[in-house]
Amino acid sequence: MQTHQYDVVIVGAGGAGMRAALEASTRARTAVITKLYPTRSHTGAAQGGMCAALANVEEDNWEWHTFDTVKGGDYLVDQDAAEIMAKEAIDAVLDLEKMGLPFNRTPEGKIDQRRFGGHTRNHGDAPVRRACYAADRTGHMILQTLYQNCVKQDVEFYNEFYVLDLLVDHDLAATHVPDGEEVHASGVVAYDLATGEIHVFQAKAVILATGGAGKIFKTTSNAHTLTGDGIALAYRRGIPLEDMEFFQFHPTGLAGLGILLSEAARGEGGILRNSEGERFMERYAPTIKDLAPRDIVARSMANEVREGRGAGPHKDYVLLDLTHLEPAVIDAKLPDITEFARTYLGVEPYTEPVPVYPTAHYMMGGVPTNVEGEVLRNATDVIRGLYAAGECACVSVHGSNRLGTNSLLDINVFGKRSGRAAAAYAATADFVELPDDPAGPVVAELEAIRTRPDGERVADIRAELQQTMDTNAQVFRTQESLEQALEDIKALQKRYRAVAVQDRSRSFNTDLLEAVELGFLLDVAETVVVGAINRKESRGGHFREDFPKRDDAGYMRHTLAYRRPLPTDGHRLWSNDSDGDHEGEFAHTTVFDGYRLVLGSKPVTVTRYQPMERKY
Amino acid sequence: MTATAQAPSQIGEVPTFEVRLKVRRYLPPEPAQPLPYGAPAPQAEAYWEEFTVRVHGTDRVLDALHKVKWEQDGSLTFRRSCAHGVCGSDAMRINGRNRLACKTLLKDLDPTKPITIEPIKGLSVLKDLVVDMEPFFASYREIMPFLVTSGNEPTRERLQSPEQRARYDDTTKCILCACCTSSCPVFWNDGQYFGPAAIVNAHRFIFDSRDSGAAQRLEILNDKEGVWRCRTTFNCTEACPRGIEVTKAIAEVKRAMITRAY
Repeated sequence: MQTHQYDVVIVGAGGAGMRAALEASTRARTAVITKLYPTRSHTGAAQGGMCAALANVEEDNWEWHTFDTVKGGDYLVDQDAAEIMAKEAIDAVLDLEKMGLPFNRTPEGKIDQRRFGGHTRNHGDAPVRRACYAADRTGHMILQTLYQNCVKQDVEFYNEFYVLDLLVDHDLAATHVPDGEEVHASGVVAYDLATGEIHVFQAKAVILATGGAGKIFKTTSNAHTLTGDGIALAYRRGIPLEDMEFFQFHPTGLAGLGILLSEAARGEGGILRNSEGERFMERYAPTIKDLAPRDIVARSMANEVREGRGAGPHKDYVLLDLTHLEPAVIDAKLPDITEFARTYLGVEPYTEPVPVYPTAHYMMGGVPTNVEGEVLRNATDVIRGLYAAGECACVSVHGSNRLGTNSLLDINVFGKRSGRAAAAYAATADFVELPDDPAGPVVAELEAIRTRPDGERVADIRAELQQTMDTNAQVFRTQESLEQALEDIKALQKRYRAVAVQDRSRSFNTDLLEAVELGFLLDVAETVVVGAINRKESRGGHFREDFPKRDDAGYMRHTLAYRRPLPTDGHRLWSNDSDGDHEGEFAHTTVFDGYRLVLGSKPVTVTRYQPMERKY
Repeated sequence: MTATAQAPSQIGEVPTFEVRLKVRRYLPPEPAQPLPYGAPAPQAEAYWEEFTVRVHGTDRVLDALHKVKWEQDGSLTFRRSCAHGVCGSDAMRINGRNRLACKTLLKDLDPTKPITIEPIKGLSVLKDLVVDMEPFFASYREIMPFLVTSGNEPTRERLQSPEQRARYDDTTKCILCACCTSSCPVFWNDGQYFGPAAIVNAHRFIFDSRDSGAAQRLEILNDKEGVWRCRTTFNCTEACPRGIEVTKAIAEVKRAMITRAY
């Protein structure tokens, strides 16, 4: 075992982690711990663009962008945070350009901008050109540019190190910690994939930037490595997870595969059609049609298929039609995604429509933070020295449905803010004492899995989890389907306790790490499903067929999901839960084997925009 | 034109078939204790192992490898992440050609013969299909892969015309998968050579109108292990999963070195 000390430790080297590193490393001794080489991170798969009201090609301003973000998120967005994001978007784009990002250009040489779903002029009048882009490789260019600048600044990376535990001085999931008691992060425990060696990193500040958890679903645009690691680690220490029931299903995944085809395809004029050739979005969103927000388009597509107007031999997908676009436009603006259609489905987008169906894409929820990236331990108090940014965090700027391009914006704006805040905190704080035997629990768990002679196979449990999530917790949800998913998850968690691997070696044991990642997925999935069961309304990405209307009186609050110990006296479930809600719609407890999941809530910050009916 | 689109290809009908994989395996001998960070792994013998798996018509080599790992032999080790050709993790030698496993469809390979899968060449093998990427990234870092500017920073964006932007578009597509570098015979024989990927990334900045670090980069690449080692075999261009004209980019860097025009 090795021990390291840094002022700031950043977990994850995608866009948020590296943007934070660029800020923190110039101000404090910083290390980035990443389970992938930085350029492998899934930020690189983002395609369409990053919105900012530069007004380079038509009139625009950040206030319209704020409004679109709030409305797009079905009013569950914290409006102060959305306003910060929309204002700082302009500098975030200009920062990237100055770092070298090769944006597409207007004839005058300025950054070009294009249309994107849900982004409108003057509060919904018409689509606006707000997305700054580099062909359909904007995420690739952001990831490369940030890594290039990390090389320039000589940022210190620990590549292919898996963070397996978050160290805090009070474990909120194990014991009752009274309100007002300060809770501090003290570091992380990591596993070096190449050697199997354990490394303890003591840090004054830890930034979680581990990305999403799309692999809880079977059909997803997410990478194999997006297993919710940072989110699950926080949850296991009793840190709440916010709004986990809101998962975004991107409308245009390649049918049967889930590989993403950017919304930019529709931004550039692509049209969705059903088996009858009808442009069905005209019925669902008469004003902005195919450029409605993703939750609406995904539901409309799923509804077309359910009503028998799906295309293909099994009528189980719809068609993305680009055939009316000039091949030269397709080549210049959408080269990668049309290549995906050719490579993976053998479809030529110049002449044939592309089969598409919604794919699990983005987790709106995550570790709750304030606008400085500080992690909350309940509705009001922060954990000292712990920060989160990017998809693993919930600020909340996306509410119940993220607008396209706002994630690339989120990682830049809040990555930068959390990097600065963490370095500033580290400059004044001391190291917090590590717990005795800080790596003990991780080593024990790893060794138990590694040496278990025989047991459940990782791939079986994972496939069953993904299947139940796709069947029961996807675009359409009901009480019955969600309860089935919960029952399945509980059974899988029981089986997970007997999980075994075949590879017993220490060097590059990816078999073992897949088992660990499966544990993270199961924990994340339980919070998604319990949150969805409790939210008896439909809002943004969460659609309950049994409660199809939005219910602002009951549910215009953020869900917080806490892992808490089982009560010792068996009756007074609530006796030590000062964090959870004790009455109202969010008073809810689910008992799992060995712990409880207690729900609480947090008010939504409303500044300018009162909730209105969401029409497009 | 708003004509109704034609019905697509019949992708709903996905046939299944069996494939045989012949995988080059290498399991490093296990020390009693974990090795310290950075320690060299002890040596062992590499060998071939065959697996047979049933796959679907839309499956890629990566799917077949996953099937082996998840259903037959959990110890089979390879890197992967995005699974659709943008992260660059799963470069390997498939039927003697460097490719990304997630972009190589099984139906496009000859089903009558086993598919041979080996680690990419020229970088030391750590386990099965996993190679040591550090020397590759070290070369990349050496060519100053970042924008170098001079003068005052503008308040808005730097201007660049669409033509200037197009000048270096091809080399911005690089995902650092190492398919090109590890297909280069010069790199196989001389581990000191920068290799195509590093030169591609130098090209990306040398021809960027906003950059003023070209002279320094050309100086670095004028080294005896620099661009002049390139023998123009075009292996790199053939190997690139992103379709970058790698050999052309190297030639442009060579020309810039002679003419100092960029």
